[in-house]
This record gives sequence, C-alpha cells and structure tokens, in this order.
Amino acid sequence: MSASDLVWLVLPSFILLNGVLALITYLTLLERKFAARLQSRVGPYRVGRPHGWLQPIADALKLMLKEDIVPAAADRPVYNLAPIVFLVPAFLMYAAIPFAPRLALADLEIGLLFVLAVSSLEVVGLFMCGWGSNNKYALLSAMRAVNQIISYEVPFILTALVPAVLVGSLRLQDLVAAQQGLWFVAYPVLGQLTFVAFVVVALASENRIPFDIVEAESELVAGFRVEYSGMKFALIQLAEFTHLFGVACLGTLLFLGGWLGPGPAGLGPAWFLLKALILFVLIVWIRWSFIRIRVDQILGLSWKVFLPAALVLLLAAAVVVIARGGGGV
Amino acid sequence: MPDPEARTVLEYGYGGNERLVMNMGPQHPSAHGVFRMILTLEGETIVAVEPVIGYLHRCHEKLGESLTYVQYPSIASKTDYVAAMTAELTYVRAAEQVGQIEVPKRAQYLRVLAAELQRVASHLLWLGTWCMDMGGALGGGATMFLYCFREREMILDLFEALTGARLLYGFHQVGGTRYDLPVGWADTCRQTIAHVETRLAEYEGLLEGNTIFLVRTQGVGVMSAALAQDVGVSGPLLRGSGIAHDIRRAEPYSSYEDFAFDIPLESAGDCYARYRVRMAEFRQAIAIVRQVLDGLPAGPISSRPGVKSVAQVKLPKGEGYARVEGPRGEVGIYLVSEGATKPYRMKWRGASFSNLAVAGHILPGHKVADAVAILGSIDPVFGEVDR
Repeated sequence: MSASDLVWLVLPSFILLNGVLALITYLTLLERKFAARLQSRVGPYRVGRPHGWLQPIADALKLMLKEDIVPAAADRPVYNLAPIVFLVPAFLMYAAIPFAPRLALADLEIGLLFVLAVSSLEVVGLFMCGWGSNNKYALLSAMRAVNQIISYEVPFILTALVPAVLVGSLRLQDLVAAQQGLWFVAYPVLGQLTFVAFVVVALASENRIPFDIVEAESELVAGFRVEYSGMKFALIQLAEFTHLFGVACLGTLLFLGGWLGPGPAGLGPAWFLLKALILFVLIVWIRWSFIRIRVDQILGLSWKVFLPAALVLLLAAAVVVIARGGGGV
Repeated sequence: MPDPEARTVLEYGYGGNERLVMNMGPQHPSAHGVFRMILTLEGETIVAVEPVIGYLHRCHEKLGESLTYVQYPSIASKTDYVAAMTAELTYVRAAEQVGQIEVPKRAQYLRVLAAELQRVASHLLWLGTWCMDMGGALGGGATMFLYCFREREMILDLFEALTGARLLYGFHQVGGTRYDLPVGWADTCRQTIAHVETRLAEYEGLLEGNTIFLVRTQGVGVMSAALAQDVGVSGPLLRGSGIAHDIRRAEPYSSYEDFAFDIPLESAGDCYARYRVRMAEFRQAIAIVRQVLDGLPAGPISSRPGVKSVAQVKLPKGEGYARVEGPRGEVGIYLVSEGATKPYRMKWRGASFSNLAVAGHILPGHKVADAVAILGSIDPVFGEVDR
C-alpha cells in the first residue's frame, strides 16, 4: 500500500470525524439557546459576543482542565474504558450515513442494519459506566438503562425497518433514492404513523426526557455518570449528543428524504443537515416540555404499546408490498 | 416505619435477600434542603424508609428565649423561610395573646394581605420545585420551575416595595405592622395577581393536559384521612385527604371572618389531590387579596409605637398559644411570659415537621421515582422542620 493510498484512506475519516465533532459541539449551544428561549431566559451570552458563540469551546476547555477523579472503590479498568466504549459506537454510526449521493465513508449494502447495530452498542458503555463507578446510584441507573434499552431497541428497529420493507433494500442510498417522488413521511397513514412511532421510540432508546430515567438527576443524582468528572465526563456528554444526532440523521434518511430538496444537486448535504437539525430541535423541544415517566411505566409502555404497534406497522408495510407486487415507494 | 429486618440490613449494605440500602440526602437534588432518607430497596421498590432530620437545627426555641419581643419577629421568619410572613405573624399573635393587645383593623387587614400573597408565593415555589423533582433539572420540570419563579419574582417585588426585603421581611410587630402600603402599591398588586391568575390557567394546561403528569401523580402516595389525622398532618395535605379543616375558618384570626373564601377539598389523598387543592388555594388566596384591597379600612397600622428600643415591649405574666394557617398547614407558637421583655419559654409547632412525619408511612411500596414525587407533594421546608 503506497503512502497516497494511506492518505486517501485516512483523510475522509479524519474530515468526517472532526466535522461531526465540531457540529456536535455547537449542537450543545443550539440546545441551550433553544431551551433558554422556551423558558423565557437568554441562555449563554457572556462568552463570545454575540450570543455566547464561544461557549462550547469554553465548556470543553473547562472540562479538560478539571481534575480527573477516580473513586477509590471503582473498578479502574472498566471505569476508565467506559467513556471510550460509549463514544466509539456513536461515531461509528456516521461511517455508514450518506450525506449526499455517494458522499458516505462506506456505502454498505446493509447500511441500515449496520447503523442500528452500532447504535445498540451504546448500552455496553453505559453499563460499564454504571458498574465501574461502584456507586449505588450509578448501579441503579445502569440496571435501568439495560432494562430500557433492551425494551426499546426492538420497537426501534422494527419501526426503522418499515421503510426498508417498502423499498426492499437495506442500503441507505437506495432508501433515499426511493423517496424521490414522495418523502416517506408523506406516505399516506402508514408513513405518518411510523414516523411518530419512530420519534417516540427513538426518544426512549436515547434516554431523553420523558424517558430519561437513566439520568434522572432528581432521583439518581446523575445516574451512571455520577462519579465521572473532567474529560471523561465530557466524553460521555459528547457520546450522548453524537448518538442523538446520529439518530436524527437516521430519521432524516428514513423518513424525510435525506438530501432530496429543491435546487441544484450540490445543495444535497445542506438539505440533509437542515432536516437533521429540525428533527434534533424537535427532540430538544419535547425534552424541555415534558416531565419524566416512571421506570415501570416506561417498560409497560414498551411491551404493551410500542412493540405491538411496531409489529402492526411492519405487517401493514408487508401487506402494501404484496398488494403492489414488489418493492419501491 | 423502618421494619426491624431493614434496620439490620443497614449495617451491612447489601442484604441477603437482594436488598439494597441507599442513602438519599442530605445533599441530594430533591432533598428540598437538607433531608436524609435511608431507603431500603428491593429492586426499585422501597420497602423501608428511615428519615433523618436535624441538619438545619439552629436552636430557634432557645433563640426565642434570649431575644426580646421586638427582636424575635425578624428571626421567626427564618424558620419557614419560604413563608416568612406567616411565621412572623404566628409569633406576634402569640405575644399579643399573652399581653391581651388589641390590633387595629387596618393592621389586621394588612396582615391578611401579606399572609395571602405569601401563600401564593409559597405555592408557586412548591409547584416549581415539585415539577422539577418529577421532571428533572434538565428537562420539562425545569421549564415549569422557571415559569413559577418568574411569577414568584413579581410577588417578591411587591414585598420588597412594602418592606424593603425580598425573603425575610420583619413586617410584623407586636400590636400591628411596621410598614403601611406605599403609594401606588395597591394598583401594582392588583395587576400582579391578575397576571398570576392568567398564568395559573397556563400551568394547568401544561400539566393536567399531559398524560405523563397524570400517571405520575394519580394514585401515588395515597394518604387516608385516618392516617392523616393520626400523624397530625395539616394544611393542603389534610384537605387533599378529604378533611375540611382550615384554621382560617375553624378559629378565625386577624379578621378572616370578614372575607368570603372557599376551603378547597379533594378526597383521593394522592399527589394529584394535593396538587388540585393547592391550585384551588392559589385562586382563593387571590380572591382574598382582592377583598382586602377593596375593603382596606383607614386608621393606624399599630396599637403600639414604632420600634425605638429592643426592650420596649414588656408583657405581663401569663401564657398563650397562637395558631395560623400557613401555606403548609398549622403553624403554632406557645409562649410563656414571666413579665419580662423576653419570653420565659417558647415552643414552635412547625407544619412541615408534622407533615413530613407521614412520609415514612406512605413511601414503602412505591418506586424510587415516586419517593421524590411524594416528598415534593408534602412540600416540607427544612428551616421549619429542624428549626
């Protein structure tokens, strides 16, 4: 392998990684500003005029300079490894996400399956955080996380499969291309229902309010991350935001027509980002409007409501495909 | 009540039967101050609670013996610092009872005005913090919290214009009040309460229209009327369990008999019933404030001269008990005078203290998440619990 081959192998990953990192950093500012407006506040303002645009950088710097505390009774290898195990799968999701036709790090035949699979890996890092901290709050939170993610990953995958069944492909580029005439969210009845189910179930599998029992700071203080400080804490926060935006990207690809939009084809990535941001803001909006639901209620909701609903939607998609005699929206 | 088995589990941490002992507080986001609960859990379910109080004990009863009748009212407000007006009122009423001191009509009306505005401010704080307990500091609960604080600020602004202080007022004195209404205050007050009233409907829309709020509160933390009476619960908690006891009606003081108001009553005894009672009390308090402003008589604001020296009030030998319906329930002070400028003995009956005692009875059987919701619905203020 020559040197230029190596550069071409590494360079795209490097650009993607840093691009996503910069984007995620500023998503935190977006969320804080949006929440502030919702609560009739101003939000970050002082660091960087106008409107505190340097705040994310200041936050990152602050967290890097903080002392890294490891509890004496912690399981050190697990404790130290957990934030990395938490973060890596979140970034892996972006490897298979196409931002425009052929603009993806890896154009996998089973792209959807890959994204869903690495997205589920989150739970491993989360449980390691909770277990390694050797803290009762963290342990309870980790147990809740496993309960919740296992319960919600199934309906999450089932709702994400509905478009795949309709199109007859797991390749994310095909899924978007099939929405050329009609975005899947505009598909009569089935599209809207699946989209709503997808957003709700995504919230739950992302541990966002109203389903954020894992963090639950009013009960479990900060849940699985209670013992983390400094850069490790920053990595956990980063992983959560990365993961969340990854799911917003997935929703854009599956339901909102990905890069499709008016104007020249070169605008594709811009359309994609815009749609993903709108979906992200929707999730943030829900987060800052609802109170939290209880752990047993969450599990009941998953097995009694969302799982049957997702199965029915999947079945309906299959019926549509059979009636039409083939795939393709 | 801590069952004996749970108590033995305490020493070892993990019990033989998959029990987990978890310490909540005194430093905890939902401790509402400094409250410690030692919870024994089976999975997520609470099987035993051991409440530990006393982290905010400041010897208030001893302070009452060493400070004069002129000094103590502004210290009294530091017991229940969320409803300082009520605490002061209780103390001066007890002193007036011992000394058989008449209070002018205008001062009585001003006291009602302050007490009812304080009730609104206190309930706003309760609603905000309670929603934050259930919804998180980084989520919908915080939104509700900030909305409530926005309105509470307006009432604190009124108090600031009236007394110069925003939290601990020193508004009352033995024989009346220390301050009269400033010019234009009544109009500002009318605007503020009208504003709060419109916002109440918004809060109700935000909460009661939300299924998650209903499933988190309905049927949670049920307290029967019998249990409430056995423990000595008072205030909105008692009325949420179906007992229509309100000292403003049962034993009117400070001219409460002049005003028309309802006593909100719910029978379910759960968190939602307590929420409904307090939401109705907001409106009743606002109605009373309007009546006070409409019917405020002219005249002096105190039957005794203003404060010149700390030893100017001297009460005859005797004793007296005064009780007041505070935002959290019955606040009482028992005073014994030996004929000096200071009481010989003072005893507080804090509403939060008696109300909090019910937590150990209703928490077992609930989930950890419900523990904070129930504790929040009890609305304890630890300045008043520990005194």
